[in-house]
Amino acid sequence: MNSALGGIAAAALLALGLGFLARRGRPMGLGQWTVAGRSFGAPLVFLLMAGEIYTTFAFLGGSGFAYGRGGPVYYILCYATLAYVLSYFMLPPIWRYARDNELFSQADFFVGKYESPMLGVLVSVVGIVALIPYLVLQFKGLGIIVEIAGYGAIGATPAVWIGAAVATAYVMVSGVRGSAWTAVAKDAAILLVVVFLGVYFPLHYYGGLGAMFAAIEQAKPGFTVLPERGESVWWFSSTVLLTALGFYMWPHSFGAIYTARNERVIRLNAMILPLYQLILLFVVLIGLAAILQVPDLKGTDVDLALFKLSVKTFDPWVVGLIGAAGVLTALVPGSMILMTAATLFANNLYRAAHRSASDAHVLNVAKLVVPVVALVAIYFTLAGGQTIVALLLMGYSFVTQLFPALVLSLARNKWATREGAAAGIAAGVATVAAISLNHATIGTLFPALPVQIKELNTGLIALAVNIVVLVAVSAGVRFAAARQVLAPRSERPSQPA
Amino acid sequence: MNMVRALALLPFVAMLVGPFFLNRVTPTIFGMPLLLAWFVAWILITAAIMAVIFRFDPLNRDDIS
Repeated sequence: MNSALGGIAAAALLALGLGFLARRGRPMGLGQWTVAGRSFGAPLVFLLMAGEIYTTFAFLGGSGFAYGRGGPVYYILCYATLAYVLSYFMLPPIWRYARDNELFSQADFFVGKYESPMLGVLVSVVGIVALIPYLVLQFKGLGIIVEIAGYGAIGATPAVWIGAAVATAYVMVSGVRGSAWTAVAKDAAILLVVVFLGVYFPLHYYGGLGAMFAAIEQAKPGFTVLPERGESVWWFSSTVLLTALGFYMWPHSFGAIYTARNERVIRLNAMILPLYQLILLFVVLIGLAAILQVPDLKGTDVDLALFKLSVKTFDPWVVGLIGAAGVLTALVPGSMILMTAATLFANNLYRAAHRSASDAHVLNVAKLVVPVVALVAIYFTLAGGQTIVALLLMGYSFVTQLFPALVLSLARNKWATREGAAAGIAAGVATVAAISLNHATIGTLFPALPVQIKELNTGLIALAVNIVVLVAVSAGVRFAAARQVLAPRSERPSQPA
Repeated sequence: MNMVRALALLPFVAMLVGPFFLNRVTPTIFGMPLLLAWFVAWILITAAIMAVIFRFDPLNRDDIS
């Protein structure tokens, strides 16, 4: 075993140990397993919510995107910042409703608000379908990290199996507490590593930030801003808006809200989290620093930028530490996703079919589903495919379709109907799928439109379809209901007296 | 109160509309291209805005939670 592999193995063992310890003799009912009995204070809720940004996406995808595309990567600085601003106003009512009605999953919220278990089934299916690529992304990242940081001693495939087994084990035992505890180690490690690399690389290779940007500008003029065409300003703004709206629609982020002890915890986090977003600046700098130092990474290999540059720069034991941090960024979000997908399945699909199932029974089903979800994700991971950012953006388009129905359910007058909400979500998701499968853009769908409109994120089309269908169906249902109420009166004159 | 909450709109305007006017490398600020510096500045300003909103929100007084 080489010195780099030691660090990585230690990280996996640390995660396993913390994950098991997190339970600490607590009886694990469904409420403990899924939402930790709604007992978390600001720090743990913070870590669960920040878990969303410090995944392997931030580590590999963010730096890889900066390396491969330049300026457009700045969107990762913006979208979560705006999502946190929204969260201050949007999440407390969600938390309050979840507490009053003892909800466990995101789908439960839709079931309660729209009084429709069937809507819960739809929301669960959308959630699970979006979570799988997100989990694949973590496993893919894990494989890459272990293979490169371990200098090939362990291949990507065995690494994926081992990592998945670790996350599966501690989730089955400790539920969301396991994710929260391992998140403590993960965030400490990633903070140190990312800030160090983001400061060190520009200084070491260029002598400073200004010199680095000047060198990039000379080699690739305009690379560090948004291009004229393609991923232009129009693409940028629409993507930031769309992903900001979708941010808390991820079932595991939504579920993290429920773990809070009170709503003040949530508002406090909305205030602090934007600052944390600044750490992603260092991720961007790492990717940009790699451009001139490890050129010629192509296609999906851009995701390797951070590690290729680290291997070129440091001794194996430092690479091992970076790899250890990287392994944690895959395991922690991976475990949250496993737990969330299993909860959606057991609590909203299984229970919809078996109405009389007790909480204890549902918990057992959820625990059994965890390894199944892991296996499905491993299958897709090993089957290969797109770059990390491409996968993530598709998942985002799916979950963002839940946003209109969610916001309307918070309104005081409940205008949107369950039929409208269901039809809108279904239409939006179908649109995303059709667009993704055909690799369509607004440009290929509507060639006559001005070029600026064509560059908008295609997720906006799906969202527009969603809203139109939601409004039309809700209006139709309300109209029909109103006629039924009026019907006896209006029919009276024609009735034979 | 509502005036304070309206501050929350500023980050949206800055990050969604700002790039249309500031998508350029020069002048650089602290070595960063203007566009990047703009986003970094607005992350800091957003945190400050959220702190103000939090402070002035009567819901966050210590006696209620």
